[in-house]
Amino acid sequence: MGGWAIAVHGGAGVDPNLPPHRQEEAKKLLTRCLNLGISKLRSNLSAIDVVELVVRELETDPLFNSGRGSALAANGTVEMEASIMDGNGRRCGAVSGLNTVKNPVSLARLVMDKSPHSYLAFSGAEDFARQQGVELVENEYFITEENVGMLKLAKEANTIVFDYRIPAVGSETCSAVAESPLQMNGLPISVYAPETVGCVVVDNQGRCAAATSTGGLMNKMNGRIGDSPLIGAGTYACNLCGVSCTGEGEAIIRGTLAREVAAVMEYKGLGLQEAVDFVIKERLDEGFAGLIAVSNKGDVACGFNTTGMFRGCATEDGFMEVNIWE
Amino acid sequence: MGWAIALHGGAGDIPVSLAAERRRPREAALRHCLRVGVDALKAQKSPLDVVELVVRELENNPHYNAGRGSVLTREGTIEMEASIMDGKTKRCGAVSGLTTVVNPISLARLVMEKTPHIYLAFDGAERFAREQGIETVDSSHFITQENIERLKQAKEANRVQIDYTPPIQNDKKKETPIADGDSQIGTVGCVAVDSHGNLASATSTGGLVNKMVGRIGDTPIIGAGTYANNLCAVSATGKGEAIMRGTVARDVAALMEFKGLSLKEAAAYVVEECVPKGNVGLVAVSAKGEVTMSYNTTGMFRACATEDGYSEIAIWPSVHN
Repeated sequence: MGGWAIAVHGGAGVDPNLPPHRQEEAKKLLTRCLNLGISKLRSNLSAIDVVELVVRELETDPLFNSGRGSALAANGTVEMEASIMDGNGRRCGAVSGLNTVKNPVSLARLVMDKSPHSYLAFSGAEDFARQQGVELVENEYFITEENVGMLKLAKEANTIVFDYRIPAVGSETCSAVAESPLQMNGLPISVYAPETVGCVVVDNQGRCAAATSTGGLMNKMNGRIGDSPLIGAGTYACNLCGVSCTGEGEAIIRGTLAREVAAVMEYKGLGLQEAVDFVIKERLDEGFAGLIAVSNKGDVACGFNTTGMFRGCATEDGFMEVNIWE
Repeated sequence: MGWAIALHGGAGDIPVSLAAERRRPREAALRHCLRVGVDALKAQKSPLDVVELVVRELENNPHYNAGRGSVLTREGTIEMEASIMDGKTKRCGAVSGLTTVVNPISLARLVMEKTPHIYLAFDGAERFAREQGIETVDSSHFITQENIERLKQAKEANRVQIDYTPPIQNDKKKETPIADGDSQIGTVGCVAVDSHGNLASATSTGGLVNKMVGRIGDTPIIGAGTYANNLCAVSATGKGEAIMRGTVARDVAALMEFKGLSLKEAAAYVVEECVPKGNVGLVAVSAKGEVTMSYNTTGMFRACATEDGYSEIAIWPSVHN
């Protein structure tokens, strides 16, 4: 048994021109969340409790695209979704289409623990939230000024803002600029592009868990479901590993990306980092995505084919890293 | 190498004593749908078109739990879901929470072909259906008298559980009602491969009797209820929650891809080793034109045919096995 390990992410695909102070803000939040997870792991909280707690923290902070700060659907409201999975017993819970639940990941946990089902969505999920007495807030609570501005621009340009389609640095910079003409406050809109969050943990008993939460795509069609709530796509955990993905939802769904990492470990005998590299390289086709993973041995790994990914990880032997770029 | 097709109308605790008047219309539907699928394959229709066509037929048949004949939620409403996937391109589409769309599988196909997304649900999916001009009807069209009765029985059984009545009484309850023979779990699906090795899979359902409003099962989830790639196509049925956590459809393909198992071996492994007994059934075809239909329940409504003339329509384990 290799001890505990934890990784968090705040989405894949970062504008290379992201101003330094925003980079610092993101790193600070990731560090705070890591430290929260680490302290809970040290006090022997189980992996499933730790991933929920860390993702709650990320949802509550408006910086990333989940909970408060969620991207806005075409009609200007938020439609949040999340999922959580306990590798121990492969129990899971998921929610979609939430607009008043303060912490979607905790409702996903309640679906897992307190309902006969694994996945509840839209008004049925909101009804369940009220029955369970979880904290509810007005839809306005989730909506930030920046996201209102972004939606307006996205609508004017009649486009869905994909956070992972951010032009790579150096490669045809001119055309990249021409491709993303949307500007807000004098900066390309991609600087503000909101990102999904997730956390994976293995505790010192070797139990793995994963959780992912998102507001989805800016200007998405109402009713759109992405990869984040889908077990095997955005989130997966079993007795071998825990995985949380972020990026182009449609590519992650058709690649069953999170399960794929576990499947090549289970059926092909690959190690964790090998499995992550294989999946990012071979399973995304033309899609863009990133993922974080831990194994039951206490290894931690991440991989992405986007420009940058907000991420952090730590292990029991004292290793800790928070990074945005490669 | 040749074409092959398999379809199912749900796996579950189907009593061998199933009354003939309940068994016959379902067998007739299997035979009819298999014929529709085989004819379409012979007419060189693409597997994607074939699975959509066959699942539409099954949705339109009131004896199966999809489209007309969908089971009811706790509130007595219907919430249908479906998904479809093309093996070669891995393109896919899915829908949940439909209340008026006559053929959910065709809306899933439209999500795949006409939106930037893969999966639309509830009001947004219904709105998209209207934009696309697909056939819609009043919700009452889907509700059969049999399903109203079934919900009533399920609710009574549920009350017993909630009240912590001793299990003995629970068992008594179980024997009397729902002896109509189909389990509360039922779904329809079809997989097909053409002689060029193109594969496709489609699955559609009304979900579970007495399900919570808003409940999503395995059927619309790519990798759980439905999956297709360049090796095989799979459609699963049974207890949605177990299928979801077992990523059943993707795992059949993953075992072939990563462990080199044959289609039959992979399907048998998933059904026997990965999902608890009584929870799952699946149909699958491979790019080579092989077909397999496995389940760990009492029975599964199923049918298949291959180009070399093999054909089977069955509910319980066949005597030859």
